[in-house]
Amino acid sequence: MSFEPKILGFLCNWCSYAGADLAGVSRVQYPPNIRVIRVMCSGRVDPKFVFKALQIGIDGVIIMGCHPGDCHYLEGNYEAEKKFEMVEKFLKFVDLDKRIRLEWVSASEGVRFGEVVKDFTENIRELGPSPLSGDQIDEKLLEKLIAIEIAATSNRIRAFVGRQRKITEEENVYGEKYPEEQFDELMDQAIRDEFERHRILVALEKNSKSVKELAKELDIDPSIVLEHILVLKVRSQVDFGEIIGNTPIFVRL
Amino acid sequence: MSEHESKQDVRVGVFVCHCGSNIGGVIDCKALAEYSKTLNNVVYAEDNLYTCSETGLASIKKAMKEHNLNRVVVASCTPRTHEPLFRECITEEGLNPYLFNFVNIRDQCTWVHMKYPKEAFEKAKDLIRMGTAKAVKLEPLDMIMIKINPAALVIGGGVAGMSSALSLSRQGFKTYLIEKEDKLGGRLNSLYKLFPYEIDSTEFVEKIISNVNNAQNLEVYTLTKVKNVEGFVGNYEIEVEQNGKIINLTVGAIIVAVGSSLLTPKNLFGYDGKTRITQYELETKLRNNKIEAKDIIMIQCVGSRNDERPYCSSVCCMTALKNALIIKDKIPYANVMILFRDLYTPGTEYEEYYRRAREKGILFIRYDLNRLPKVEENQVKVYNEYIGEEMTFPYDLLVLSTPLIANHDNKELAQLLKVPLESNKFFLEAHVKLKPSDFATDGIFIGGSAKWPVDITEAITQGYAAASRASTILSHETIKVEGATSSLPEYNKNLCTGCEVCIKVCPYHAIKKTETDEIEIIEALCKGCGVCGATCTNQAIVIKHFTDPQILSEIFVFGGKEI
Repeated sequence: MSFEPKILGFLCNWCSYAGADLAGVSRVQYPPNIRVIRVMCSGRVDPKFVFKALQIGIDGVIIMGCHPGDCHYLEGNYEAEKKFEMVEKFLKFVDLDKRIRLEWVSASEGVRFGEVVKDFTENIRELGPSPLSGDQIDEKLLEKLIAIEIAATSNRIRAFVGRQRKITEEENVYGEKYPEEQFDELMDQAIRDEFERHRILVALEKNSKSVKELAKELDIDPSIVLEHILVLKVRSQVDFGEIIGNTPIFVRL
Repeated sequence: MSEHESKQDVRVGVFVCHCGSNIGGVIDCKALAEYSKTLNNVVYAEDNLYTCSETGLASIKKAMKEHNLNRVVVASCTPRTHEPLFRECITEEGLNPYLFNFVNIRDQCTWVHMKYPKEAFEKAKDLIRMGTAKAVKLEPLDMIMIKINPAALVIGGGVAGMSSALSLSRQGFKTYLIEKEDKLGGRLNSLYKLFPYEIDSTEFVEKIISNVNNAQNLEVYTLTKVKNVEGFVGNYEIEVEQNGKIINLTVGAIIVAVGSSLLTPKNLFGYDGKTRITQYELETKLRNNKIEAKDIIMIQCVGSRNDERPYCSSVCCMTALKNALIIKDKIPYANVMILFRDLYTPGTEYEEYYRRAREKGILFIRYDLNRLPKVEENQVKVYNEYIGEEMTFPYDLLVLSTPLIANHDNKELAQLLKVPLESNKFFLEAHVKLKPSDFATDGIFIGGSAKWPVDITEAITQGYAAASRASTILSHETIKVEGATSSLPEYNKNLCTGCEVCIKVCPYHAIKKTETDEIEIIEALCKGCGVCGATCTNQAIVIKHFTDPQILSEIFVFGGKEI
C-alpha cells in the first residue's frame, strides 16, 4: 500500500479557514490527507502543539494565517512567524524541519489553498513516513524531540520569541534599535544551548550519569557538557550525586 | 469540562448533516452517525437531511431533552456561516452557546474530495472524532455585557469634526466637541474659495459654525486638548484641559478628527514667503485681493511623492487648478503655468476643472522627479521631456503646492488613545476596506485629514461616516462582547512571573499591570486572538474556547495516541 501521510493543519479563522471554505465552494480538489484545527489566529498556535503532533507520529504540520499586513488581529501573524522560525531552528537539529510549513493564505485564495495543501502533502509524501509513526518508532529521536519541546517551552526561549519583535523592530527608551542579525545570533546560540541542556536533563531523568557518560550518550563534546551542567546546577536543575573514583555523578533535581 | 463536571457527566450528541446531496451524495452519513456513537462520551448520534432546517433544529432540541445532552456537535458545513444558528438553537434549550462545536465535513471535505469518497469518509470520521474530543473539553462561557454611556467626544473642530458632532448631537447623543485653537473651522478659516463651484470658504464655514453653536446636546470647548484617556468602549473617562483647567468627560465613543498641518517648504524651490509662496499663502492673497502678478508659475508635488514623503497629498492638484482659474478670472492677461508630475482630477467635477483650465490657456508642463525645475531669481528652467530640451520661463509669482502633513502632536494623542499611526504619522484605521472609519480599538473612530489628506467634500463624508459608526454603539444601552477571551485564572496566578511579554504582544492593549504589580486582562478589550497565551513565558494565560487541553485533545485523537 502506498504511503498516505497524516497532515495536520492549523488554520486561522479569518483568512486561511475562510480560504479553505472557498476552496470548497469553488470545488477545488486537493489531497484528502489534511485534518484541520481551527484557531482564531495563527499567532495562537503554541509551539508545543507542533512538537506534540510530531511526537505522536503526525507526518507533517502546516500553519496558515493571513498575509502580512492583513491579520484580523493586526499583528498576530507576525508573532506566528517568529514562533515558527524558532520551531524550525529546533527541528533542524533532528532533521524534522522539512515536516513543518508556514503559509499565508487569504480568504479569497481558495485555489491557492488547494495548491498549498497539495504541494505540502506531496512534499511529505516524498519525505516518507515520520520516523515517529507506526509501531517501530525511533526512540532516540523521540527523546530528542521531547528535550526540544521542553527547551522550546522554557521561560528563556519563550521570552526570546515573545520579545523579538519589540526588540528588533522598535526603538527602546534610549532610541536604540537592536539589529536583527545580532538578535538572530543570540537566539541561535540560546536555541543550541537549551537544546543540549534539555537533552542532558532528559538523559538524567532515567538515571544519574557522569559528564563523560553524558557526552558519549548524547554525542556532545565533554567540555560543552560540563559547561551546560554548571549552568543547570546554578538553575537548580541538576546537582552532584555521588563521586565514583574521581568522577562526579550528576543527578536530576 | 467545566469545574463542576466529572468526565462521566459529559453527554455529547452528534448530528451528521447530509446537506441534501452535498455531503450525503459523497459519503455515508448514516454510517458516520453510527461511528460517532462509538466515540467517548457520545450518548446520542443521528443523521439529518438538513440539520439547519426547522426539522433538523427541532430534532436537536428533542434529542437534547430526551438524552439530557450537555454538548452538541454538528458535522455539516462551516462555522463561519452556521455556528450562530446552532448556538442559538442549543441556547433555546437552556445550554450555554459555547458548549456547541462545529465539524466541517462539507466545505473542507466532501466538496474538495468528491472523487475520493472512501478517503473523504475516513477524513470525516477523523474530523468528527477530533471535534467531539474538543467538545468534551468545552466549558460554558458568558458573553461580556457592557453598559454604554450614550455620549461622544469629537476631537478636532474642523469641518470633519463639526460634521461628526452635528450628526451625533442631532441623533440625540450628548456630544463634546473639542478644538485646540481658539476658533472652530480648522483649515476652512484660511481658504478663499472651495472647489468645486467656487463656494466662498468663509461663508460656508460660518454657516457650519453657527449650526454647531445652535445645536442641542452639543458642547464646544475651544483651546482644549486631551490630557488623559482611560476605559474602553462605552465607558471612556477622559480628561481634557482648557486654559490649565481640567474637565472630566465620560463618553461611550470617541471620534478623532484632528485634521492635518501645512508644510513650510524651507529650502525648496527658493521659497521665501514673498514672491515664492505656497498655495495656502496664495489663498490669503486672493482673499485680500492682493495679486498683481503677470507671470505666475505653480509647481506641484513640492515636498511630496518623494523618498521623505512618499504619499500624494490628494488636494494640491485641485487647489492649483482652482487657484489658477481664479487668477485667470481676476487678471485675464496673466500667464499661468502649472509644472506638474502627474495630475489627479478624479470624477467629472474635478476633471472639468482641468478642461476649463486648458481652455483658458493655462499651460501645463510635466517635470520628472529626477529633473526638478530650477528656480532662479526671476525665471524657472524646466526640462520639457516632450521636446527633449530645457525651457526657461519668467515669473513674478511662484506658487508651491505643498502637501498636507501629519500634525506634530499626533503621536502624543495616539499614545493617549492607544491607537496606531502609519509611517507618515497620520492615524491608521483598522482596515482600509473592511473598517475604514474604525480603529482596531472598539469605540474609537476616525474621519477627515487626520487619516490622510482629503478635500472638504471627503472630510464631510468621512465625518458623517465616523459619526454613523459611533452611533452603532451609542444607540444601544448595552452591548455584548465575545466571551471567548484570554484570561489569567486564579489558579494560574502563581505561574505568572511578571515578565510582561503578554503586555507587549497584545495588539489591543487589553493587558496591563495593576498597582499591586499583578497582570490584569481587561476582557472587554480582549478580542480573543490568543497570541498572549501562545507567547506567555510560563504558560499561565488561558485562551478560553481554544484552551491548550482542547487543542491538544484534537491533535491526540487525530494522531491516535497521547503523549
